[in-house]
Amino acid sequence: MDFSYTVYILLIPLALFLILGLGSKKIKPAISGWLGSLGLGIAFILSYYTAFQYFTNGKVNEVYQTFVYKYTWINFTDQLHIDMGVLIDPISVMMLVVVSTISFMVHLYSRGYMKGDDGYTRFFAFLGLFSFSMFGLVLATNIFQMYIFWELVGVSSFLLIGYYYTKPSAVSAAKKAFIVTRFADLGFLLGILLLSYFTGTFDFQILNDPEGAIITQGVAQSFMGLSVITWALMLIFIGGAGKSAMFPLHIWLPDAMEGPTPVSALIHAATMVVAGVYLVARMFPLFYFTDDGFALQLVAYVGGFSSLFAAIIALTQYDIKRVLAFSTMSQIGYMMLALGVSKYEGHEGLGYMASMFHLFTHAMFKALLFLAAGSVIHAIHSNDMRDMGNLKKYMPITHVVFLIAALSISGFPGFAGFFSKDEILAAAFENNMLLYIIGVFVAGLTAFYMFRLYFNIFWGKQTKYDHAPHESPASMTIPMIFLAFMSTFAGYIHFSEYITADRMPFEAHFNVTLAIVASTVGLIGIILAYIFYKKPTNLADKMVAAFGSFYQWTYRKFYIDEIYLFVTKKIIFARMAAPMAWFDKNVVDASMIGIGNSTVKTSEKIKGIQSGKFQDYAMAFIGGAVVIAIIVFYIWTK
Amino acid sequence: MDILTLFVVVPVLTVFALIFTKDLKQSRVVALIGMAVQLAMSINLVFAYLKERAVNDSIMVFTKDVMWFEKFNIHYSIGVDSISVLMIVLTSIIVFAGIFISWKINDLPKEFFISLIVLSTGVFGFFISVDLFTMFVFYEIAVIPMYLLIGIWGSGPKEDSAMKLTLMLMGASALLSVGIFGIYYNSGADGGPLTFNLLEIAQVNIPLEAQKLFFPLVFVGFAVLGALFPFHTWSPSGHASAPTAVSMLHAGVLMKLGGYGVFRVAMYLLPEGALHWNDFFLVLATIGVVYGGMGAIMQKDLKYINAYASVSHLGLVLFALLMINKVSWTGAIIQSLSHGLLTALFFALIGMVYGRTHTRDIAKLGGLMKILPFIGAVYVITGLAYLGLPGFSGFVAEMNIFVGAFQHDDTFRRILTVFVVSSIVVTAVYILRMIGKIMMGPLDYPKGVEMPTAAWYEKVGLVILMIPVVLIGVMPFGITEMIKESIQPFLERLL
Repeated sequence: MDFSYTVYILLIPLALFLILGLGSKKIKPAISGWLGSLGLGIAFILSYYTAFQYFTNGKVNEVYQTFVYKYTWINFTDQLHIDMGVLIDPISVMMLVVVSTISFMVHLYSRGYMKGDDGYTRFFAFLGLFSFSMFGLVLATNIFQMYIFWELVGVSSFLLIGYYYTKPSAVSAAKKAFIVTRFADLGFLLGILLLSYFTGTFDFQILNDPEGAIITQGVAQSFMGLSVITWALMLIFIGGAGKSAMFPLHIWLPDAMEGPTPVSALIHAATMVVAGVYLVARMFPLFYFTDDGFALQLVAYVGGFSSLFAAIIALTQYDIKRVLAFSTMSQIGYMMLALGVSKYEGHEGLGYMASMFHLFTHAMFKALLFLAAGSVIHAIHSNDMRDMGNLKKYMPITHVVFLIAALSISGFPGFAGFFSKDEILAAAFENNMLLYIIGVFVAGLTAFYMFRLYFNIFWGKQTKYDHAPHESPASMTIPMIFLAFMSTFAGYIHFSEYITADRMPFEAHFNVTLAIVASTVGLIGIILAYIFYKKPTNLADKMVAAFGSFYQWTYRKFYIDEIYLFVTKKIIFARMAAPMAWFDKNVVDASMIGIGNSTVKTSEKIKGIQSGKFQDYAMAFIGGAVVIAIIVFYIWTK
Repeated sequence: MDILTLFVVVPVLTVFALIFTKDLKQSRVVALIGMAVQLAMSINLVFAYLKERAVNDSIMVFTKDVMWFEKFNIHYSIGVDSISVLMIVLTSIIVFAGIFISWKINDLPKEFFISLIVLSTGVFGFFISVDLFTMFVFYEIAVIPMYLLIGIWGSGPKEDSAMKLTLMLMGASALLSVGIFGIYYNSGADGGPLTFNLLEIAQVNIPLEAQKLFFPLVFVGFAVLGALFPFHTWSPSGHASAPTAVSMLHAGVLMKLGGYGVFRVAMYLLPEGALHWNDFFLVLATIGVVYGGMGAIMQKDLKYINAYASVSHLGLVLFALLMINKVSWTGAIIQSLSHGLLTALFFALIGMVYGRTHTRDIAKLGGLMKILPFIGAVYVITGLAYLGLPGFSGFVAEMNIFVGAFQHDDTFRRILTVFVVSSIVVTAVYILRMIGKIMMGPLDYPKGVEMPTAAWYEKVGLVILMIPVVLIGVMPFGITEMIKESIQPFLERLL
């Protein structure tokens, strides 16, 4: 089997970035839109072809093989070197499909959405850069290559969030996203340094080999009772948590919604934000086998907590994109939770498979939700759900696709989200009761806030609009229809035949009881939302009043942003950086100037001696002569 | 004439030719031709070096030795290894770009280009010297024109800044000369004649006590130039007052003399002294990295931000050198190159902004990308490269340094390394703060000034500097291997 052609999936978007970026002034918008879509279309076809070829022919003795093509990019020591290349295995192939699908759809959609914008070509150039970086991330052969592309997706995200760069809120959101994730990446980098020092390699294949020395023997050094590898993995997970907006590093994600909506769909819903999940999945054997999966437990609890935390906040937000952003955080928490409770072999590795399954279906329906939200925003020029209502009349296609996506994410039986969520809950049920209960509760919350959104936008009050909203053009609806198709039917793919922790297919059993429980909870959520929001009522206000200050806390996102601001502004800037600047000016520099001035002063003092008056010199001369004479006389008489 | 001496001869000839020029147009063309030749020669030198290296495995190649002052055994002794070759390339790129950036210099253009090229002569001479005394002479040639360049063509409190800069560098030179003479008088320790030749001194076992005494003198003497904390304060005010091309050359090249001297003289000739003082200076370098970054966060003047950023990034060079292993040393050299190019880019860009708006106060500027798209885009790219984005030279340098520093498994070095690695976050903060304010956000600049888009010569200057940044960043393999080969003999002295 030869998969070396997959390198073109990487290179095409890079070429697009260079062409569109360097020629952004000269290339006509219409051409750049088509060029970008065409390029990603080719990458899309190549990715599906790769998936087809790999999953039909990639097995030897019922085990999926790994294919690696690489060259040395930089040499550190004899052992440590960064390679650049592509690694083909089940999860990277699956991610290729996810990234190329969403990226292609977003390219098509943006041709309509961004029409008439000043920086149209620049926008497509950045999308190309992002696609390149994201493909590079998922195809990375070693952890350092992953880190390199990890930084590159971070910067593409910065550029795209700050796309409307004259808008102060967009600029500060872009800065925030970059700095918060950079802070998390510090953990990632230190983790890599630690891991590579003790294991002597960056290579995923060596690190993850279940029969290899690193996993079977571990390393001798430990710190506070845990192997250094566990510490390294926890540091690396900080990087993953930053990118995937896990608590408490999630604060950048809601603000990132300042970017154009197609960007939110591509980067902040479907692809880049799941990089943390992908990272843990990529290193799963190491996570699982080291110290009996201590680091993996951390992943599970961080994921579980984040999913609950975000779902609660999503209940109270009015900005439709922010609701979706918190929903994304919550669903990624689900994926982390599933990975965290997973075991390795056969059916016990259900959580791993469920996590990847949910990553796949979530990418489809969440991207769709964002694109549909974008379609709404495009029509009425507002993000606030209080400005919306009864849009089903004006935007029938958007209405239907949004409903499909909402049903899918709420786990309504038959839709894609139903199957993947069910597997996650089954995995949690088998391994950790607490996390299972959290998961079910979050499923209910998800259904509620999602239908709160749906009813507020498409039903609800008869809102008066300045211009009658109209359905979006075909360039925007066609990608949405495709994704609606995926959100409905992606659940029927038998993931357990393709993607498992130990690379061997297993038979996933459908647990009817758990499915009924989860669906019932989801339905309750939907029904409650129906009662509250289908028609204008004051029930929601009564609930707000009943919860009182807890509502305020939730609405203010538990004041996490304020805590961060306090730490950075009041502590780091005011208590550390400012005193340092003062110290530099008034102590370090002043003492240097002081040394300089002291020479001047000394010379001021002694320059009076050279007065130029003959009498002074004569006096000094005679005085000196007398002193010498006395000394000479004194010595002579001794 | 041999291939290396030409690097001193061409600038000198250019200076003579400049004397006969009449106006700005003539002098900039003459300067440009001279430096174009210089750049072509330096690129040729890389290939010549690689060819020579394949057949010649002595430490220095293209060596030449002429007796200069017999009584004290001073020679005009030259030779290069890959590190000096790369430094020469860096210098010629920056000088060449600097001439484009100074294309419209108004007062005394002839004298300006003369001073600039005299300065560069000193730098080129420094990099080809193998004789300590010759090296020192060239070093002084480089420092003196700086005073004139800042004092005459500078801005703001230029006399003060020029004075401060020159005095501090002269103070450092004083320490350095004591150190160098100390080495010289100990070079006969094994019974041979006294010598200034680096390679010969390296064969001598200088007594331990002398090494302990003279290492800090030589180290500090050079490291002041590399903005070692707490001797860095000449740099912000000096840069702020200097004209653009001088800032470029100064931060881009002259400050690299510090790290280069530490590597070539202090650590090579006084290895035991280096090991003895290692921990102390390592702490200072680490403080410099974090402190410079923190300082940059609080600054409001663009040049001050860049100057403090340089303190941080050059602190990284000294840190890496003191870590004493192959990987971190490779990182130190690449960091020198990378910082040289990037800081030159920054100063060029700041000069372009200042030339239009007559202010460097970030509070008075905003959203300039809208009206200066080319300058804005390059500013953002330079900023991203500066904060160590993969694909640019800074990333390659930093990763070499971090991986190298992490190879030591004692707790002391580990802790310092963690501090230094955390500077990547601090860098991101000050860079994004600057870019976010002046290039992004609502448009804001002083009323009544003209804001023409970038002229062709400005674009050329920026592109020339950007090309090597991207080349090193995308294809680091060749350059790292080239550096590693030359590091080996120097490293062996310390192991």
